[in-house]
Amino acid sequence: MSIIHSSPYIQNNENVSRMMLAVILALIPGTLVYIHFFGFGVLINIIIAVITAIVCEVTVLKIRQRPVKPFIYDGTAVLTAILLALALPTLTPWWLAALGAGFAIIIAKHLYGGMGYNPFNPAMVGYAMLLIAFPKEMTAWIPAETHGLNFFDTLNYSFFETLPAGMSYDALTMATPLDSIKTQLSLGYTVDEIKNANASLFGNIAGYGWEWINIMFLIGGIILILIKVINWHIPVSMLGALAFMAMIFNFSDAGSYPPISFHLFSGAAMLGAFFIATDPVTAAASNKGRLIYGAGIGILIYIIRTWGGYPDAIAFSVLLMNMAVPMIDYYSKPPVFGATHES
Amino acid sequence: MSARLWKIFGGLRLPGFKAMSMSQATRAAPLAKILTLPLKQHIGDAAEAIVKVGDAVLKGQMIAAANGYVSTPIHAPTSGKIIAIEKRQTPHPSGISTDCIVIESDGKEQWIEIENTKNANYRQLDSSALRNIIRDAGIVGLGGAGFPSFIKLNPGPGNVVDTLILNGAECEPYITCDAMLMQEQSRKIIDGLNIMRHALQVERCIIAVEDNKRAAHTMLVNALQEHEADYIKVIQIPTLYPAGGEKQLIKTLTGKEVPSNGLPINIGVVCHNVATAAAISTAVLEGKPLISRYVTITGNGIEQPCNLEVLLGTSFSELIDLCGRSNKAEQFIMGGPMMGFEIADDNVPVIKTSNCILVQSKKTKPDYVMPCIRCGQCAEVCPAQLLPQQLYWYARAKNFDKTQDYNLFDCIECGCCTYVCPSHIPLVQYYRFAKTEIWAQEQEKKKSDIARQRHEFRQFRLERKKAENEERKRQKRELLKKVNGEKDSAEDVKKAAIEAAMARVKAKRKAQSVSPANITNLTEEQKNAIAEIDSRRKKVKEES
Repeated sequence: MSIIHSSPYIQNNENVSRMMLAVILALIPGTLVYIHFFGFGVLINIIIAVITAIVCEVTVLKIRQRPVKPFIYDGTAVLTAILLALALPTLTPWWLAALGAGFAIIIAKHLYGGMGYNPFNPAMVGYAMLLIAFPKEMTAWIPAETHGLNFFDTLNYSFFETLPAGMSYDALTMATPLDSIKTQLSLGYTVDEIKNANASLFGNIAGYGWEWINIMFLIGGIILILIKVINWHIPVSMLGALAFMAMIFNFSDAGSYPPISFHLFSGAAMLGAFFIATDPVTAAASNKGRLIYGAGIGILIYIIRTWGGYPDAIAFSVLLMNMAVPMIDYYSKPPVFGATHES
Repeated sequence: MSARLWKIFGGLRLPGFKAMSMSQATRAAPLAKILTLPLKQHIGDAAEAIVKVGDAVLKGQMIAAANGYVSTPIHAPTSGKIIAIEKRQTPHPSGISTDCIVIESDGKEQWIEIENTKNANYRQLDSSALRNIIRDAGIVGLGGAGFPSFIKLNPGPGNVVDTLILNGAECEPYITCDAMLMQEQSRKIIDGLNIMRHALQVERCIIAVEDNKRAAHTMLVNALQEHEADYIKVIQIPTLYPAGGEKQLIKTLTGKEVPSNGLPINIGVVCHNVATAAAISTAVLEGKPLISRYVTITGNGIEQPCNLEVLLGTSFSELIDLCGRSNKAEQFIMGGPMMGFEIADDNVPVIKTSNCILVQSKKTKPDYVMPCIRCGQCAEVCPAQLLPQQLYWYARAKNFDKTQDYNLFDCIECGCCTYVCPSHIPLVQYYRFAKTEIWAQEQEKKKSDIARQRHEFRQFRLERKKAENEERKRQKRELLKKVNGEKDSAEDVKKAAIEAAMARVKAKRKAQSVSPANITNLTEEQKNAIAEIDSRRKKVKEES
């Protein structure tokens, strides 16, 4: 006798794989611009991270005696790897991306129960681990566009840590706009002084290259909202809270606090808002909860960027708010149909 | 007619698949040789058979009587002979066999006498009489749930009904029996609505039709113009599943939300299906009980999908063969694809709630169920504004208290959450499981409560008996002691015991003879009145 199922007997053709694929596709414009400004290191990192993630995923699934095919095709491991790779500096040894991706998949994802069960965003756990364990490698960025490295130079550095003749790692790498503004503000310079002294670094609004990367991730994110893969709540409340914090402090003292545009279009603000914080597994579930969750991330980003020990703060803010999700979910239960009439 | 409408939360725009079964007019299905009538066709109590095997029955004759309040009788759909009263397969999700009356038709279609049961002037009847007619005609909600209709026409003390809604939304894909009925029998529906309106003594009536049923809407509006009934409004509502859910429909039309754990009557609304209205009209005006209904036979397993007017008790398989069973006919669903249920075998009878027989091909391999990724799409479409994924976690973990905290029982099992779930989790199945478990637990608890109370009372009774015995013995001992102390004879002991007993009886009598306080200190007038009443009572007694 055939197995009798309970209704409904029809379904839309949505599935996890399609959702993840849509997110990966929406990352493409931002990634291309990223590669344009910061070289092929981005691509090399992505490839290394994705391969490591798939190998780790398959291995752990086999060990856990889970079916491999559905969990590989769901695309979550690949997406985690790509997000991690996009967060890394572009001139890094290969093992950095591999280690981060492996840590994200094995520790942050599978040790917590695998897809759907991990309380922390795996890519951000991998990133945070790398940032704490390898601060030097993780904070050295090459300048946008003027780095002069081609694909093979980057590949060579990635695997053999050798640079073309006449180039030295220390001379090539420099601080990001977020990093330098933080350091120089602490030295007593004003925002305008810092920007004017480093015009080539700061570009038009929030850092040469960075602003374009952020704009492209913003576009990709808006597409995701339009095709209903993600909701607007988290990105809007996160960016809104970040902008609100920036506005208040910039308004009170424009010399010591950079403007809204700088905060929104530098670092990983847009990538974080549309692609990282919106990871459904680790975010709050209800719309009200999502607004709280996003706002929490935005506020934390501003606090850590401004007064904390790290120039950018997407990873730590997201992880801190991940911790708060069960509580947010508990207190943001929407009223049930007909509840308003209850006495 | 345009009217203000309110938006419901969530819902889905589903592909309709409705046109396929609406291409031809409804025709009557040919009379089947064997008709099988389950005694239990809806929630509540099963009817009780009042015929025996071998009895000859006439069309429309009551063959099973209502048994309890939430129960309705069953009538013979045709004339013939009772050939069996036994357990047969019925359309039920569990595939369970239940008691059925089986009729072998004689092909004569000979009606029982119905001239005297016609009530063309129903306006002279009071609502109780109308409810009795409707109950005796075996009418239940024909939209799906099958709740006895006469109960819903009884608002009960303290409830005021201000709006009567006829539900012609029919929001589930594939089903078109109500749409066809509205097109073809619009006058009958309006007659039925008028009868219900009279029974409920309500002013405002609304017939709600989804805006994808243009023809039905037009026919109803035309029929209304003939009736010149301006108190009835036909309102088109947006096509959105589940707009026809009772609570959702009421919200759409009135803006009022039926309280969580409440009934529409709590906010002054009564809601009936359009097919129920037609059945009520037939019962009251023509004197005919509910013995047939419109059934949609559709799906890709049917060559000529259509609607048929089917005598209750006709086998699904005969209807499927009649409409052309294609080689894709693998899965049989009673009801729609969203809320219906699959039946393993199509050799089951049409019952009062069989609105649709959906026959389709079956997926060869079900999708692999992925873990929940908490995307929240389920919560966005849930018309009851629940958090389906939280319910799922707790139902899966068998944490049933928590599921109730998350309002499990407000779930209407519409299936929207399962429809959109990207992980393909059968969410509704988990909720049904949790509900059943909770009901079972409550049943258990009730049973054990009764057992405990019984046990406690028994303990109490035994102890009381013991204490009484002790007391009696003690009294006896004391008496003996006293007697012995005075060194009296045995007769004295007996005498003392008798005296004591007499004293007890006296005390008891005295206690009993205390007259009620309100007849002391009466005025002359009151005394006279009492005397008069007493004499009247005496007279009545004598007469009887």
